[in-house]
Amino acid sequence: MGRPVILLMLAEILVNGLVLTGVYAMLALGFSLVFGVGRVLNLAHTAFFMLASYGIFYFVGQETGMALAVLASAGVVVVVGLVLYKLFIEPVRDMEATVLIAALATAVLLQELMLLYFGDRYLFVPAAFPGYTRILGVRVGNQEIATLGLAVLSLVGTWLLLARTRLGLAIRAAAQDREVANLMGINVGRVTAMVMALGLLLAALAGAAVAPLRTVGPHMWMHPLVIVLAAVVLGGLGSLKGSLIGAVVLAFAEVIMVVAVPGGAFLRTAVALAIMLGVFLLRPHGLFGSGVAEEG
Amino acid sequence: MYWLKIPFRFLRSEVLALPTRVIAVLFVAVLLLFPFMTQDTYLLRVVVLTAIFTIYAVSWDVLSGYAGQISLGHALFFGVGAYTTALLNLRLGLPQHAAIPLGALAATAAGILVAIPCLRLRKHHLALATLAFPLMLTGLVFMFPGLTGGELGITRIARLATSRLVEYYAVVGVMLAAVGVLWKLMSSRIGLIFHALREDEVVVRALGINAVRYKLLAFVLSGFTAGIAGALYAHVIRVAGPSNLDLFMSFQPVIWTIFGGAATIYGPVTGVFVLYPALEYLRAIPAYRMLVFALLVLVILRFMPEGIGTWVRERLEVNCPHCRLRNAFTRRTCRACRTELAS
Repeated sequence: MGRPVILLMLAEILVNGLVLTGVYAMLALGFSLVFGVGRVLNLAHTAFFMLASYGIFYFVGQETGMALAVLASAGVVVVVGLVLYKLFIEPVRDMEATVLIAALATAVLLQELMLLYFGDRYLFVPAAFPGYTRILGVRVGNQEIATLGLAVLSLVGTWLLLARTRLGLAIRAAAQDREVANLMGINVGRVTAMVMALGLLLAALAGAAVAPLRTVGPHMWMHPLVIVLAAVVLGGLGSLKGSLIGAVVLAFAEVIMVVAVPGGAFLRTAVALAIMLGVFLLRPHGLFGSGVAEEG
Repeated sequence: MYWLKIPFRFLRSEVLALPTRVIAVLFVAVLLLFPFMTQDTYLLRVVVLTAIFTIYAVSWDVLSGYAGQISLGHALFFGVGAYTTALLNLRLGLPQHAAIPLGALAATAAGILVAIPCLRLRKHHLALATLAFPLMLTGLVFMFPGLTGGELGITRIARLATSRLVEYYAVVGVMLAAVGVLWKLMSSRIGLIFHALREDEVVVRALGINAVRYKLLAFVLSGFTAGIAGALYAHVIRVAGPSNLDLFMSFQPVIWTIFGGAATIYGPVTGVFVLYPALEYLRAIPAYRMLVFALLVLVILRFMPEGIGTWVRERLEVNCPHCRLRNAFTRRTCRACRTELAS
């Protein structure tokens, strides 16, 4: 390879950045939807992402094949998530601080259950698509391409659902104003549960997409949680476009720190959060947030 | 012996009249007499740590429960307090009684530093912005291991006191003083303005009250108190490490306070004194410890969403419909105005 190192580094940043963007975008979109419609700051969101990764590990271990494993673990995550939501979050939904703690306790609960069943060790999921493809002379892992493909598919799917269906219209109406949506004959409670399921599905798919690329462990939800929170507020709470842009910015910032800066892995969280604070200094409601929606 | 009547009358009419006040007085008495009941080192240590975390939880409650400035990064103040005393004690050889107040002052400075960008932020944005600060500081701690000890932290800090008994009374004394002072402050005009800030900041400003000044005051009070807790903690466990700054440390005071009852002083005290010993007790079953803890928090909040302290208080006392005075649940008529109390 007679090529300069800098180009290889740029290619690595681009590929890893895109993959990470896909994962963070799925998580941030789900989180943002749940916040927008349910007004629930769901700190347990990335715990379900962890649950899905463990699900993939378990089902692949049962030799079900990748496609079936993704479906099965997504199903498990959605069902478990909805049950926990109905049991512990919905009854206290009106008290913001209580919701915060209930969601956090849910996340710890899931973490401890995984710890009990799988033990405190890092697990590896074999890649479903081994090997490499050459794109413009750069070797890109097939698994990375598959992850990116899954992310693009689910993001486009979510967009179509929101923009083109009656359910999507109901979701957007409920996000804009719960009371008025209720008056228009939309069953807001049911829409909230649907959005919760959609958010869980997105988190589950993100977990499935990440499992073969990274190690699976009981604490893998903490770092993404911080990044997703930062991405969502950076873009402006309640703005889907903002969440996606936040995910792109933070994913690339993280990859650049890890790849290009020596010892930058220690600072990856710090840099992401510094970017968030910088945006706050210029725009207190985030890039696309509106001050009005805050008061409601 | 006439002068004895005044405290006695006070006791009868102001303390014995309300079950919660009786509980509070008994609680303080038991806390002060505890070393006479048991000499068990482990039990004394659990109470000392519980007392330190009570200071920490109350400091969160002042900022977030009362003033409504939800902080998810309270570990910053705790960690700055701990690291500052540790560095002053170890590198400059300052004695504990000088290092701890300086640590608390450093935490106060951190509070002002955080408040400056955060004053313009509201609600969720504020919560998430505060979340950022301790995590950023953790990054710096890892970047300069020469000064901070990196992952291992700063060890060999001087003991808080040579004997366990002195240590116990020092920590419990500071805790009672801190809780008492904050309780007085929160029942004063300042507390009232904090309540108003939480409910509606626009109205506060419309009343001609300088909202920014009071928010800053909340950050300063809270930072100072949390700094004391962090500094005491560093001297008691004799390590100041990055775990003082991590995410869980930030969430702990939130869990305790909301579990006990936010925007009250007895809430965080109850929360810590129930949850921290419970978590210690659960060490008997290490594998299920956090699992049981999370379930406990979830179930209690499911049925008492306003916190266990507030729930108990509402069962023990009723407000008089006429004069709003609190009465024991056993009374038929109000103790001040004799109005019939609806049962």
